[in-house]
Order: sequence, then structure tokens, then C-alpha cells
Amino acid sequence: MSEYSCFDIIGPVMVGPSSSHTAGAVRLGRFARAIAKELPQKVEILLHGSFAKTYKGHGTDLALLGGLLGMDTDDVRIRDSFRHAEEAGLIYTFTATDLGEGYHANTAKFVMTLSDGTVKEVVGCSIGGGKVLITELDGFPVEISGAYPTIIDTHMDQPGVIHMITGVLVDYGINIAGMKVFRQEKNTVAYMIIETDQCVPSYALEEIRALQPVLDVKFVKPF
Amino acid sequence: MIGSVETLIQLAHDNNSSIGRAMIKYEANLKQISEADVLAQMKHNWHVMKESIQTGIQEPKKSKGGLIGGEARKLHDYCAAQPNLLSGANIVGAVSYAMAVAEVNATMGRIVACPTAGSCGIVPGVLKKIQELDDLTDEQIAEALMTCAGFGMVIAHKASVSGAVGGCQAECGAASAMAAAAAVELRGGTPEQAGEACAMVIKNVMGLVCDPVAGLVEVPCAKRNALGASLAMVMADMALADVKSVIPVDEVITAMGAVGRSLPETLRETARGGLAVTPTGLALNKKIFGE
Repeated sequence: MSEYSCFDIIGPVMVGPSSSHTAGAVRLGRFARAIAKELPQKVEILLHGSFAKTYKGHGTDLALLGGLLGMDTDDVRIRDSFRHAEEAGLIYTFTATDLGEGYHANTAKFVMTLSDGTVKEVVGCSIGGGKVLITELDGFPVEISGAYPTIIDTHMDQPGVIHMITGVLVDYGINIAGMKVFRQEKNTVAYMIIETDQCVPSYALEEIRALQPVLDVKFVKPF
Repeated sequence: MIGSVETLIQLAHDNNSSIGRAMIKYEANLKQISEADVLAQMKHNWHVMKESIQTGIQEPKKSKGGLIGGEARKLHDYCAAQPNLLSGANIVGAVSYAMAVAEVNATMGRIVACPTAGSCGIVPGVLKKIQELDDLTDEQIAEALMTCAGFGMVIAHKASVSGAVGGCQAECGAASAMAAAAAVELRGGTPEQAGEACAMVIKNVMGLVCDPVAGLVEVPCAKRNALGASLAMVMADMALADVKSVIPVDEVITAMGAVGRSLPETLRETARGGLAVTPTGLALNKKIFGE
């Protein structure tokens, strides 16, 4: 257990009623927004487990949507998220479902249609006390906590790519707090999640993006 | 690492200060920021707490699930009109403030989790009442919140502050213990007496279950905030009278953790036991969720 801060105990400032079902849900929405990089045209939100059962009473639906609209966990406009979504022209649906075995009880899945027609999928769960874990990105299994600045890259699975990417971080004095690599098959596309101690400047991301085996790079600030 | 009340008390003695002041130093060191910045940040949280009290009293509203709303205002008005309250105006005042914050939480209003959203009214309720009584500054209250944080940290470390892990004793019980310890320091008690207040609160909530009707943070949560606020006031007075817990505070907290772990899952925030499965509890669940 890492050391507690006084503000872990007296805080966070949040809109109620539940840190797991409301504050955590806002953060899941904020992450989905960061992945979309824009307000989607349309979003289908699938709710699993306890989220599916109790989302109306806890305002989980309002919170997920509020996060997607860019609201923070202490934003009192969250209780009017439906109206704000309609004003912003966002088409949304909520469906209570069963995502299957192995999903945390407080899981939500975002299926977002962007302005260029592409579809982005994010699955994440609220694990208590407002903490969250992103578990899937476009069908790939990942683990992202949002506690650190996070680089999410996709690259061709081949020797030396990780070395090239971390080399760029070395050049900019960025320390890696944690990293994980995921792939579905050898020599195909791999996902890499790098959590850093420092924010990663856009020119460092550009350098990574320019590396030949790298397909895409996203950077998400702590959310 | 602050892993025991003994450490907290030692920290206060090492600094020749209250536990609250020692915690300001601890936090400044942890975050590598100035003590003034720590206090300013905590003052901001206090400001939000006071706002939620005011909203809950002045603008009563039905909760999101529709089960509660307006009770804090009722109590506040009764307290103002009744010169001879059974439990006294200080306790009833603190309780009305605590319930106000709990109600604001249930309407999706803004609160400070303390230590959790479900128990968010207890500390603000008690501290606001003492601020009024003793004419204290916001800085003094921010320092008292640091005392609360110290005790909360120990409880989180040795037991739990999550209803899903330890039942309601871990949420409203912890909040009440934190509030009682801070109340003792605000009234000039020693760090040891703050520890005694914490111990005596937890002894009185040992085993309290988390059994939310329909799984919502409404029933019985708002009224458990009332319990926490009133108990904190009484136990703070007992500690200030130099009454001591026979079982040392750290042992009490460890016992609370063990009791929490041995509670059946039905009584740990799952809405499958206690009040949640009474005929009325089940009927309300059906009414809200239609199942």
C-alpha cells in the first residue's frame, strides 16, 4: 500500500451520490472522450453488473455522459447531462446488458461513432473510491488507471520497437512509472501502455509517431 | 507511513503540536509543497463542505432515488423552535448539518467525500457546529480536518473505510471517529484524548452493517450520518472529561477491521441483507427499478 495523502481521506470534491457509481463513472467518460479526441456524433453505452442494475438510482448514466461531455467529477451540471448532451448534438443510448464472465461488477462499454465515421470502443470499470481501470481499447485488453500521464501506442510487433519508443522518452528526460505490452498474435499489431512521471510534450509524441513501426500514438493526462 | 494512532500521537509530541498541525507537516513533506499550500487546499474543501450544509438546509430537494429529502430542514426548524430539546441544541444542530450534506449528496449535489460519499455529512456537521459555538476561524477548522485525515488514514490502513469491505462501521463509523478526535483537539484536548475519543466511537459502532435500500446511498445512509454526528459529540465530551477506553485505540481499530472482514457479504453494501430486504425495502426497490 502506498502512502495515503490527507486528501485521499478528506476528498475528493465530487458530486454525489457514490464514489464508485458516480465519480468513477465520470472518470470513465472522461477517458472515453480523451480516446475519441472529439465529442462523438453518437455513443452507445452498455452497462454491466451493478451498473446495469442500479445506474438510474445512482445517476451513473448522467455521470458517464457528463464525463464524455468533458465535465469533471465535481461539476454540478452532471445532474443535467442529458440536456447538455442534447444541446451539444450528441446522440446517446444506454443499454443494461451482460458483457459476460470476467468483467468487474461496475463496468461500462462505450461504442463511439466519430465525425469521420470511425467507431471507437472503450471498456472500463469503477473499482471503488472513484478509482477506475480501463480494461479494453477497440477490443484489445489493456490496463490503464489514469493515475499517471499515459501514452497509448499501437505498433507492429517486431524486435526493437519498444527500445525505439523508450529511447525517445530517455531523450526528453521522461521517467517511466510503469508499462505493459499486449498483443493478440505474433508479428501483428501490439498495444503498449506507458505510464510516466512527467507529462509528455507533443514534440516527443510526434517523434514517436514518426517511428516507422508505430501505427498510432495517443497521450492521456491523468483523468 | 502513518499506520497507528500511536504513531499519530508520537508525531504530535515530536512536533510539540496538535495532531492536526503535525499532519500539515506530514502532507507538505509527502507532496513537497508548503504547509501554507496544504492548509489552503484543505480550506477549499472546508468551503465546499459549508456550501453543502447551506444548500441542504436552505434548498431541500428530493433525492435522486426519491427516498429522502427535506429531513435536515425539518430538524433544523424544530431545533430553532424547541427551547428544550432532549439531546440539546448542539447535538441536534450538528445532526441537522450532517443530514443536510448527506441529502445534498443524494441529489447529485457537490460534496467532499469524508472519508466516503455515503458518510460525507458527519465531519462537516460536527465541525460546523463547533465553529459556531466557539467562534473559530476557517484556518482552525482546516487544521481540524487534518486531524480527521490522520485518524482516517490509520483506520484505512488498519481496517477499511469502504462499506463494501467493512460495512457501515467502516464508513459512518470511521467518519464519526475522525470527527470526535478533531472535536477533542478543537476543544483543547490532548492527542491522547483525541485517540480515546476515536476508540470510544468505534467501540460503539462495532459491527454496524451496510444495508442500503435499493442499493442507493439514501436509506439508511442519511440517518446513519445523524448517528455518526451525535455519537462524535458525545464521545468527544467523554474524552475531554478524561474518560478512557479500556481497550487501547489501535487494538479497537484492528478489531473493527476483523469484524468487517467477518461480516457476511449480504451486509456489505450489496443490498442483499438488513433493511434492504425488509418487505418495505424490497417494495421500494421494485418501485424504483421495476424488478
